[in-house]
Amino acid sequence: MTLILQVEGVSKRFGGLQALMQVTFDLAQGHILGLIGPNGAGKTTLFNTINGVFTPDEGRIRFLGRDVTGAKPYDMARMGMARTHQIVRPLNELTVRENVMAGACFGHENQGLRQASIIADEVMSFAGLAARANQLAGSLNVAQKKRLEMARALAAHPKLLLLDEVLAGLTPSEIDGMVKTILEIRSQGVTIIMIEHVMKAIMNVSDRIFVLEYGMQIAEGKPEDVVRNPKVVEAYLGDPQMAKRLMEEG
Amino acid sequence: MSQWKNLGLWLALAMVVLLGFWPIFSRDASGREAAFTILLAIVMASSLNIVMGYTGYVSFGHVVFYGLGGYVGMYALSALGWPLPLAVLAGGAGSATLAFLLGKAILRLRGSYFALATIGVNEAARTFVANFAPFGAATGIELQFSIYKPYGGAMQALWLTYYAVVAIAIFAVLFSFLIKNSKFGLGLMSIREDEDAAEVLGIVTPNAKTMAFVLSAILPGMIGTLFFFKNGNVEPGDAFRLGFSIESLVMIMLGGQGTVLGPVLGALGYQRLRTTLLTSDISIGSLPLKDFQLVISGVLMLLIILFIPGGLVGWLRQRFPSLRRVLA
Repeated sequence: MTLILQVEGVSKRFGGLQALMQVTFDLAQGHILGLIGPNGAGKTTLFNTINGVFTPDEGRIRFLGRDVTGAKPYDMARMGMARTHQIVRPLNELTVRENVMAGACFGHENQGLRQASIIADEVMSFAGLAARANQLAGSLNVAQKKRLEMARALAAHPKLLLLDEVLAGLTPSEIDGMVKTILEIRSQGVTIIMIEHVMKAIMNVSDRIFVLEYGMQIAEGKPEDVVRNPKVVEAYLGDPQMAKRLMEEG
Repeated sequence: MSQWKNLGLWLALAMVVLLGFWPIFSRDASGREAAFTILLAIVMASSLNIVMGYTGYVSFGHVVFYGLGGYVGMYALSALGWPLPLAVLAGGAGSATLAFLLGKAILRLRGSYFALATIGVNEAARTFVANFAPFGAATGIELQFSIYKPYGGAMQALWLTYYAVVAIAIFAVLFSFLIKNSKFGLGLMSIREDEDAAEVLGIVTPNAKTMAFVLSAILPGMIGTLFFFKNGNVEPGDAFRLGFSIESLVMIMLGGQGTVLGPVLGALGYQRLRTTLLTSDISIGSLPLKDFQLVISGVLMLLIILFIPGGLVGWLRQRFPSLRRVLA
């Protein structure tokens, strides 16, 4: 089993706020890691630290066996890491196609425009955006913008994909569609870390779950073990019966 | 390739060619001077558009590249005795070098901070040149009349300069189009839309921005050399006129930033307006108004930003969405 990502004792502090404290985990190639925790637990900060938006104050990050601590986001992208943003960041005045092409052009495959356009067509139909190809990205609705984030990241043909709450704000049927999409992506050999609040979905798709609270990791393991972990139940869900209910719901 | 089927590009090229060739066929010297000024404006606006329209960085220092390039070229002509083509290239190279160094230094600033820094750069460049002995300090560089001899005399040299300007203006439009439709251009526009997202996509933003700055500086440097060669002298006040930077900005805003056609339309429209204003006697009371076009350009800029931020081409594209694909 090859490790695609190794996070070793990573800490990040913003002034008086300890956003991440000694976070350590390994991620095996082809797995889906679910990252959960209450609001403000540091999940997005962990993403930002992994993909180079922030440099960790302590600790090391290895991607594909290489030490990438302190590398820039574009270095990470060019090595094969792609991500989506919790708050969508479409390139508003460019078309959907151009947005997706940008993903293909500047990722690790470094495609030319012609090839990028072919990839964009594939990815847009995969993400259900084909009909919107020539529309400006700014004119999409939220669900479509989430799909665009996903399509743009996928167009890079990443080795590791970071998904930041791609299910939030979607209707139940849209969630089912997106979960299917995620499983398909994984079946193509892409490793995924996903942050999610939709419990049923993340418990179902993840191989492992990682729980953060106040920047500290409080549990890691298989989904069924994590939901039974009293620390998780206590800290994250508050009510021991809550976990069970959430798992059974919907 | 389908990208060449672009109405905006062909319209822009047609306008530049028509405007540029008119005086050549009519052999009309005053028409030539008028066309020279407009072509100069087209080159300035089209090149500034690479930084401002494509990359989204508003620069008030564009005239620095024109001025410094002009100085480098004039120095090469007068002190080094280089022939004009080489001097023009030297002017372009000089500007490109300055843009590279500046890019490394100030392109890390974003938004209004970058814009402010570019004003500082303009003032610094002017003050530096005004005190720099090899460039003639405050009096500038004056060409000996004999310099025009190898080109067949002053008259012939004027025409020669003009042909070069026409060629550069046509090239400027093509260049602007090629950049916009390249992978590099897609990167620049991604930076304009969201620089942080662009970084996450894998665009090496510091390099792309510096490259955009360098590419936008070359043509102004070349055309600066041609202009001052034609003029016979260059002074700090002429070379680093902040008003010229602002006028270039207005032209882009007027025509439509981020498009190929916009700067050309804007330059034509603005220069037309400027000529009208310069030749009409506008006065307040008994005092004639000097540089009244600058008053107009200020008001114009305000109106455009308030009501049609996309400029003429942007407005057309918004009004008629089917034009979006054909108007680059």
